[in-house]
Amino acid sequence: MNAPRLPNVTRRNLLLGTGALVVSFSLKDHAFAQESELNVPAKPPEPVAAGPKLPGSLADTPSLDAWIRIDADSSVTVYTGKAELGQGTKTSLRQIAAEELEVPPASINLITADTAITPDEGFTAGSQTVQNSGTAIRNAAAQVREILIQQASGKLQVPADQLKAQNGRIVGPDGKSIGYGEVVMTDMLHVDAQPKSKLKSPDAYEYIGKPFARVDIPAKVTGGPAYVQDMRLPGMLHARVVRPPSWFATLKDIDTASIKAMPGVVAVIRDGNFLAVAAEKEFQAVQAMRALTNLAEWEEKPRLPNEQDLPAVLQKSESEQGVVAEAGGDFTGGVKTFSAQFMRPYQMHASIGPSCSVAHLDNGTMTVWTHTQGVYPDRKAIAQMLGMPLDKVRCIHTEGSGCYGHNGADDAAGDAALIARALPGRPVKVQWMRDQEHLWEPYGPAMLTKVSASLDASGKIVNWKYDLWSNTHSARPGSAGALLPGQLMASGYPPDKPVMSITPLGNGDRNAIPLYSIPNMRVLWHFVADMPVRVSSLRGLGAYANVFSIESFMDQLAKEAGADPVEFRLKHMEDPRARKVITTAAEAFNWSSEPMPEGRGRGFAFAKYKNHAAYLALAMEIDVDKETGNIRIPRIVSAVDCGEAVAPDSIRNQTEGGIIQSLSWTMYEEVNFDNTRITSSDWSTYPILRFSAVPGSLDVHIVDNPGSPYLGVAEAAQGPTSAALANAIANATGKRLYDLPFSPARVKATLGV
Amino acid sequence: MKLNVNGSTHEVDADPATPLLYVLRNDLELNAAKFGCGLGQCGACTVMVDGKAIFSCLTPILLLEGREIKTVEGLGTIDSPGPMQQAFIEEQAAQCGYCIPGMMMRAQALLQSKPDASDAEIQTTLETNLCRCGTHMRILKAVKRARELMKTAAMAPASGERKV
Repeated sequence: MNAPRLPNVTRRNLLLGTGALVVSFSLKDHAFAQESELNVPAKPPEPVAAGPKLPGSLADTPSLDAWIRIDADSSVTVYTGKAELGQGTKTSLRQIAAEELEVPPASINLITADTAITPDEGFTAGSQTVQNSGTAIRNAAAQVREILIQQASGKLQVPADQLKAQNGRIVGPDGKSIGYGEVVMTDMLHVDAQPKSKLKSPDAYEYIGKPFARVDIPAKVTGGPAYVQDMRLPGMLHARVVRPPSWFATLKDIDTASIKAMPGVVAVIRDGNFLAVAAEKEFQAVQAMRALTNLAEWEEKPRLPNEQDLPAVLQKSESEQGVVAEAGGDFTGGVKTFSAQFMRPYQMHASIGPSCSVAHLDNGTMTVWTHTQGVYPDRKAIAQMLGMPLDKVRCIHTEGSGCYGHNGADDAAGDAALIARALPGRPVKVQWMRDQEHLWEPYGPAMLTKVSASLDASGKIVNWKYDLWSNTHSARPGSAGALLPGQLMASGYPPDKPVMSITPLGNGDRNAIPLYSIPNMRVLWHFVADMPVRVSSLRGLGAYANVFSIESFMDQLAKEAGADPVEFRLKHMEDPRARKVITTAAEAFNWSSEPMPEGRGRGFAFAKYKNHAAYLALAMEIDVDKETGNIRIPRIVSAVDCGEAVAPDSIRNQTEGGIIQSLSWTMYEEVNFDNTRITSSDWSTYPILRFSAVPGSLDVHIVDNPGSPYLGVAEAAQGPTSAALANAIANATGKRLYDLPFSPARVKATLGV
Repeated sequence: MKLNVNGSTHEVDADPATPLLYVLRNDLELNAAKFGCGLGQCGACTVMVDGKAIFSCLTPILLLEGREIKTVEGLGTIDSPGPMQQAFIEEQAAQCGYCIPGMMMRAQALLQSKPDASDAEIQTTLETNLCRCGTHMRILKAVKRARELMKTAAMAPASGERKV
């Protein structure tokens, strides 16, 4: 088959100037080696001597003992800088380490993100845990195994090539063996990894790709302590914050004596516009928070845009333009040109468990237990906010409710640290309330996209212009200004200046380049630097709106070309793996162009996440009730290729979840606001999908590629799901929806009912 | 005041207006019931009182003296999980898992009062509870499996050790 071939697309980075860095240098700054979502690296990447790049996160943390430790009792500890966010990492990384180390997965002690003891792997984001950390651990484990065999060779007096690792021992041909703990010596693993490892071949796998139960589920279904919310430290106080009623509000003078006199209240903390209360018991803290909320008076400022007018607001607010891709340059060809405009509103992470954190200032060291996605960046932000040296702040990842990107986790960690600083010696747990999570988390940015394309006489796309308007999708910590308490406190750290960053991983422009073969193409990002609505990374970043737009438009073009949507995609697709997932999904769905009963339709969509991670295609069948605007989904079939499938059930679980979450975004979700306040403050004002709306069936087919590199998969479904639904509605009704979400009211309005 | 939780009586020193959720989580150190909204909109805090599913975030303890409170901890243990727990483990029905205990208790209340609840009844009953990871398909499968496991458990001779 042909190798994947895109047109000669260039990605220009107008701001970072990374084009100037040449291939003979490898970058040792994790902001580059890892796909960071940070706007800009804190300092220019430091060029290091040329050499083969180490696999995965070993490139940043090469020492083997940073990843794997073997004790004299042969116990194995594996360290990862990534965090369990409910995606099954604690299980899949054990499977990977166990495979190469030849020990049972359950025997491995896995330590996740902790600034005191694990490697710095940046953020757990962008579907990169298995891709980066998994690759590092896999290679480190294989190299450690070979070191152990070498060492055992001397002790057993058997040539190394006759020895093998087996169940925690090195075994010789005559059955002679020695335990890992007996051959390991101090500092033996304190060596840098080699670029090449002796990896096991897929046909010898015992754990990778095999069904393997998640290690964290039994505790979670029996009431075991599993989350930061479940932490109870001796002497721990319960704290609540009192937030302003709206952005830009300032707190007037306040006399908190009446609050301090309430039962159990230990402290009321005010620092500028930051207001909080700490009490001995949790309900006392809640009652004091309510009283303090009633007492506090704020000066509010009406600075929010008109939510009815977002497309115009975004276009008016454009601050600069970046070229995401350009190829060819002939935009005059073709026999007919079509265009469309799509809109995605602000949408929220809306975690079921509001953000929570525990902090403890003890002997001059601040320890923060947090469900952040990045313990190291969070530590940096908190240290700056508190004016403490980095080495006096420790951030330990402790699971929270699923986050789906940059939610309130880091802010809550900052809140806890700021309150704990005022109460040295006593651990403080901060639990946000529901409205605080809904109103103050950073939202996924609103996006406007416009696309136009021309078809030639044979029904092929000959040119494609795509324009997107979006904020940055990245306002993660690293600096104190990225933390709400940092912004609210009297010394008021300003938020980081948003910067347009165009890189292969994509930000607002993620998946803005169609993977299809189109000879003439131009993709522009109209960057909106400043918007008065707080935004940051929501699962998939720009991929959700971009794939929604591209894949909706592909169907529209297919219709204009008189082609079946699946055939039309295949006609424009050369990448054999993309073709394979498209045909797998279509066949499993039993795709056809046969007419369907009144009100019923089928829809298809495809994307390769980030254009370099997992391939995912899906088809769905839906019923549209024209009277109510309600959509019912009898069945969905998807196919996914994420390279070698390490944990097939987790891949299915993540893909099912991605599809259902995307259905929720697509059918219901939109953050509402008036000119001053966000009004989506709870589940009644920000409804999400409930059980009555789940599909009748949802199948995930894994196209496995044993031995091939891992491709991030956890966010692959977000984009295609929205487009498949739009395409199914168009198929069912003859009318297309261009603006998200497809609420019943909007469906009815579009159908003209 | 005295609260009967999972078959044992606990003396609780708390303001009678305190929602049950805080007492379960802090005073009794039971982790399963979760704080989600405090508004009765999401179901993360769901527990059973006298066999019925309730929102523990909204129910003050003053209403609960002398009543039988049951949480996920009362369904079984990690070493000897009850049918509902076993079903969720077998179906791997969790992503982050935060909403799961609430789902389990609402499903438990349904199946205890109606062991032959239909698939549609299960789905309708769970409408009250929110999941954000999108684990819905597995949660439904797990509850259907629990329905079968509970029947098997009910037919087995009573061991007297655990009542679910």
